[in-house]
Amino acid sequence: MLEIRDLDLAYGDARALSGVTLSVKPGEIVALLGPNGAGKTTLLKAIAGLLRPRAGTIVWEGEDLGRLPAHLVVERGLALVPEGRRLFGAMTVEENLALGAFAARARGDRQANLDRVYALFPVLRERRRQLVRQLSGGQQQMVAVGRALMASPRLLMLDEPSLGLAPLMVRAILEVLAQINRSGVAVFLVEQNVHASLTLAHRAYILETGCIVGEGSGADLLQDPHVRRAYLGPLAAREYFRL
Amino acid sequence: MTILAQQLTLGLMIGGLYGLAAVGLSLVFGVLKVLNVAHGELIMLGGYGAFWLFALFGLDPFASLLLVLPLSLLLGLALYGALFGFVVRADEETRVKNSLLIGFGLALVLHALAVRLWTADDRSIDTPYAGAAISLGGLSIPLVRLASLALAFTLIGGLHLLLKHWRWGQAIRATAEDWQAAMLTGIDVRRAYLLAFAIGTALAGAAGTLVSVGYSINPSIGLEWTLKALIVVVLAGLGSTFGTFVGGLFLGVAEAASAAVFGGPYREVVGLVIFVAVLLLRPRGLFGQ
Repeated sequence: MLEIRDLDLAYGDARALSGVTLSVKPGEIVALLGPNGAGKTTLLKAIAGLLRPRAGTIVWEGEDLGRLPAHLVVERGLALVPEGRRLFGAMTVEENLALGAFAARARGDRQANLDRVYALFPVLRERRRQLVRQLSGGQQQMVAVGRALMASPRLLMLDEPSLGLAPLMVRAILEVLAQINRSGVAVFLVEQNVHASLTLAHRAYILETGCIVGEGSGADLLQDPHVRRAYLGPLAAREYFRL
Repeated sequence: MTILAQQLTLGLMIGGLYGLAAVGLSLVFGVLKVLNVAHGELIMLGGYGAFWLFALFGLDPFASLLLVLPLSLLLGLALYGALFGFVVRADEETRVKNSLLIGFGLALVLHALAVRLWTADDRSIDTPYAGAAISLGGLSIPLVRLASLALAFTLIGGLHLLLKHWRWGQAIRATAEDWQAAMLTGIDVRRAYLLAFAIGTALAGAAGTLVSVGYSINPSIGLEWTLKALIVVVLAGLGSTFGTFVGGLFLGVAEAASAAVFGGPYREVVGLVIFVAVLLLRPRGLFGQ
């Protein structure tokens, strides 16, 4: 479904990704782990068409996305929930969701998708006339996920959806991701909450300083000594709590 | 007392046109992050457009709005395609600098063109009903200016509805707030830029038409109108259509008040005082988001 091969990307002289190769198959949940600054956000932005790779290919169902502008990537069925949510704060919940269905591919399904989003997040239906910037962080994250779902994606990519949320809300969001996945949408997830995302994911990749250094099933990686030491041990705790 | 009230009323009416002039500038600046310093020249062109339609075909200036609006929309599309479309490829800081240079160049060209076509003399459209006025409690309200104020308000209301309910209107607002997030929802932001610029130019053309009826135009009014529009944009802040209109009314009344209290020459000073004061005290503007 998504095949990334030997991807290189740089900001000026600073190398951000080198030789990244990974794939997401239909119906999978794939997690991408790695410390801050490893290039996780860069990789997602490159797939979404916001950044141009220097070399390598991003192939989606046989088509190279490398030169496609971001709004056309959405038309192909890939939607990104960006880091920090990036909602339109001066607009209402429903306006944000409606904009999610801007792509031509999703226009016909707008009402069905809206019902689906409201079924996943009933609180959004109650708040639909409210300005997004007046919502709590958790509710804003729901709008962000909902806006991406409005584009009828076949692959949903999320950049740190749990950042800054209360633990209960983190669990709720991850549960919704599992639910979305069961409806046939593949999920590519970048997440600080390593334990939770490895439990959720079918497979995971580990990205460090721009290179893929590990790959495996979620269950295997949970037992992997390097992963345990680097991401689940005291170091991970330190990073998670920003100590 | 009546004289002061009369002057304030006239100030309110020119203020409506300041508001209309500013709304177009604000839309372009808010969405493209490009400061079009030739906005006043586009207003001037709109005025001459209506003047020509009147002088050559005897078309009533208010009716000519129906032609001036689409024509300036097309002009906006052409200007974006030829000039401003290249500016938006740069990052935001470079954009403002480059747009200033392009805007000044365009302003000079349009000014020279207007002098060539219409000479440097003052013109205004002399309709049969130009002198008509209604009396209201000792005040004399020129009908033409009152109609201009009402039309300015109508156009701004129309813009508001467009931005609120039209699919691309929503796309324009989204692009203004966060263009990357807009792209991620499938919006072609280049097209949103193009549409915002064209609509801004159309509003400038309409403002020019209304200026040419109730007031007068000459090839040099551009800078003055750019300045007024800029003051109103700073005063009102970005992101609120009606807020910008209110800002225009406020500037018109404030100018009239200071002219009445301190004398005519001070009319132009108050705007600049407001400009500096708002930048110092509330840089986001009164209604800015």
